[in-house]
Amino acid sequence: MEPFIVHTGTAVPLRHGNVDTDQIIPAEYLKRISRHGFEDALFAAWRTDPNFELNQPHYAGATILVAGHDFGTGSSREHAVWALQDYGFRVVLSSRFADIFRGNSGKVGLLTAVVPEEFVEQLWSAIEADPTLAVTVDLQQQTVTAGNLSSPFEVDSHVRGRLLEGLDDIGITLTHGDAVTEFEQRRPAYLPRIAAPAN
Amino acid sequence: MGQTLAEKVWNEHVVRRAEGEPDLLYIDLHLVHEVTSPQAFDGLRDAGRPVRRTDLTVATEDHNIPTIDIDKPIADPISKAQVEALTRNCLEFGVTLHPLGDIDQGIVHVVGPQLGLTQPGMTVVCGDSHTSTHGAFGALAFGIGTSEVEHVLATQTLPLKPFKTLAINVEGHLPEGVTAKDLILAVIAQIGTGGGQGYVIEYRGQAIRDLSMEARMTICNMSIEAGARAGMIAPDDVTFDYLEGRKYAPKDELWFEAVKHWRTLVTDDDAVFDAEVTIDGASLTPFVTWGTNPGQGIPLGDSVPNPVDFDDPKARVAVEKALLYMGLEPGTPMRDVPVDTVFVGSCTNGRIEDLRAVAEILDGRQVADGVRMLIVPGSARVRLEAEAEGLHEIFLAAGAEWRHAGCSMCLAMNPDKLTPGERSASTSNRNFEGRQGPGGRTHLVSPQVAAATAVTGRFASPADLTSV
Repeated sequence: MEPFIVHTGTAVPLRHGNVDTDQIIPAEYLKRISRHGFEDALFAAWRTDPNFELNQPHYAGATILVAGHDFGTGSSREHAVWALQDYGFRVVLSSRFADIFRGNSGKVGLLTAVVPEEFVEQLWSAIEADPTLAVTVDLQQQTVTAGNLSSPFEVDSHVRGRLLEGLDDIGITLTHGDAVTEFEQRRPAYLPRIAAPAN
Repeated sequence: MGQTLAEKVWNEHVVRRAEGEPDLLYIDLHLVHEVTSPQAFDGLRDAGRPVRRTDLTVATEDHNIPTIDIDKPIADPISKAQVEALTRNCLEFGVTLHPLGDIDQGIVHVVGPQLGLTQPGMTVVCGDSHTSTHGAFGALAFGIGTSEVEHVLATQTLPLKPFKTLAINVEGHLPEGVTAKDLILAVIAQIGTGGGQGYVIEYRGQAIRDLSMEARMTICNMSIEAGARAGMIAPDDVTFDYLEGRKYAPKDELWFEAVKHWRTLVTDDDAVFDAEVTIDGASLTPFVTWGTNPGQGIPLGDSVPNPVDFDDPKARVAVEKALLYMGLEPGTPMRDVPVDTVFVGSCTNGRIEDLRAVAEILDGRQVADGVRMLIVPGSARVRLEAEAEGLHEIFLAAGAEWRHAGCSMCLAMNPDKLTPGERSASTSNRNFEGRQGPGGRTHLVSPQVAAATAVTGRFASPADLTSV
């Protein structure tokens, strides 16, 4: 995983609250078995609307999504995170994220930064006034700055540490293999074990 | 200070705890399906890692399989590729798979409990948000993303930060004709789709204790629709009676040892929840959603809300947007709204008790002209059980379609979909825009309301029907 320290880019305002993962990526796109190439699926239903934010040429190339409250609710599909990344987003800003979405993002390096709702509103207006506005997200300092706007953001401290170093979770856990084995020896005998496949 | 049920199960599974780091939790059961696993198996292959515990991992096909002509090859090439990838991956990594045609195939959250794999006090995960279903047994069960699926496959553990705890106390007895589905829709309407965020919910109180095991699964299933990661109900004799004798339930001495431990899995009297909500179960009525998230629901006897009645401008806009999508006029009584399709099934309401309830209402009645009704059992075994009881004959005589097991019309991933503008009464769990097909309009209801609605062609409860 690529380390994330400071990122500067342009941003897209997404003036919707409660954006569920069915909107971020409709279920029909989940049938793919590859890990990449989901950029066409991002907000697929909404992109048929010419007025949708991502269809505006002045937001092309943006890497920061500024979303309304409760972003990423609903289905656990990690494809939602991949689609955002494949499209080019490195950061999503919102006043609140759904738990599973936030967890999924942290695992694969999409930064979900929690900022106050008023800041989201200010940022929306600023970006709409000037779509070329450079937005800087500093994970070291935990701040977002854009022109004369600035706000601290919240991020899970463990996720922050891993993002800063670009560490993979499985690799970290495997270093605790002895503790896992020791735990397994203590598990009660009545717990179920699945019969081996018959072949 | 005492511990809540969720805290007890959590603490029993901590493999490693270190200051400033998430707890490393052991996972007792990992359920796998075709949609959220291919990229996880790919990750293992890339890193040369095996599945650590194939005996704690089980797979089935549910999301994108067809529910008719299941003996023929899957027509959609992409669905076919995904199902074939699961078959290959299970074979390569030694994971037990219950494929289409197998007696234990079905919706992953119906199959686990049915096999007795889901037991009190366990940690259960699956790459599917409705894993919360298994919490009905007093298990800590939650949905995970594909990276976490890979993590569990490789290590049988997950690094997790503790959740907060929320008690939802449902006092009194549910009135006659009010079901678990009505109850959970009313809960979500009250606390909102973000009301459970960051929490594990424990459902408590007389109305919860009164519920059957299957009804408890309906409740816990929809915890995620309130934003909660998991929902739990303390195990009791209802739980143990359901489990005893099932394929993977402990036997003989181990059964008694297990039950002895399971009886300790209750929230201590002096435990404190981070938040509590109390609901008067006795005041509830059948419920129906009118909008585009599961929190936008009202009693069946009410009318479509009017945006002008909402003071908060954001809420008003959200209501306007939802009504536009749903094609509903403010003030229309829900009982006057006609439907095109009725869907009975899903991990929320695709179990045998749900089908029995529907059969009881359809017996001697007909699905209204112009209404299509799909009845989809949650698993191959539920289908067999229903057929052994003759329920399918009632469904077919009423003019409904009787399908094979799968997720079906709960989500638009297989051939069972709504067409644009089509309105459904659905026993599933999500009424998001396009969830049942692009442009489809979903109203969430109980199996009983679904069946009565199929008969009248408009939203109705069984009490509205003339007796036959």
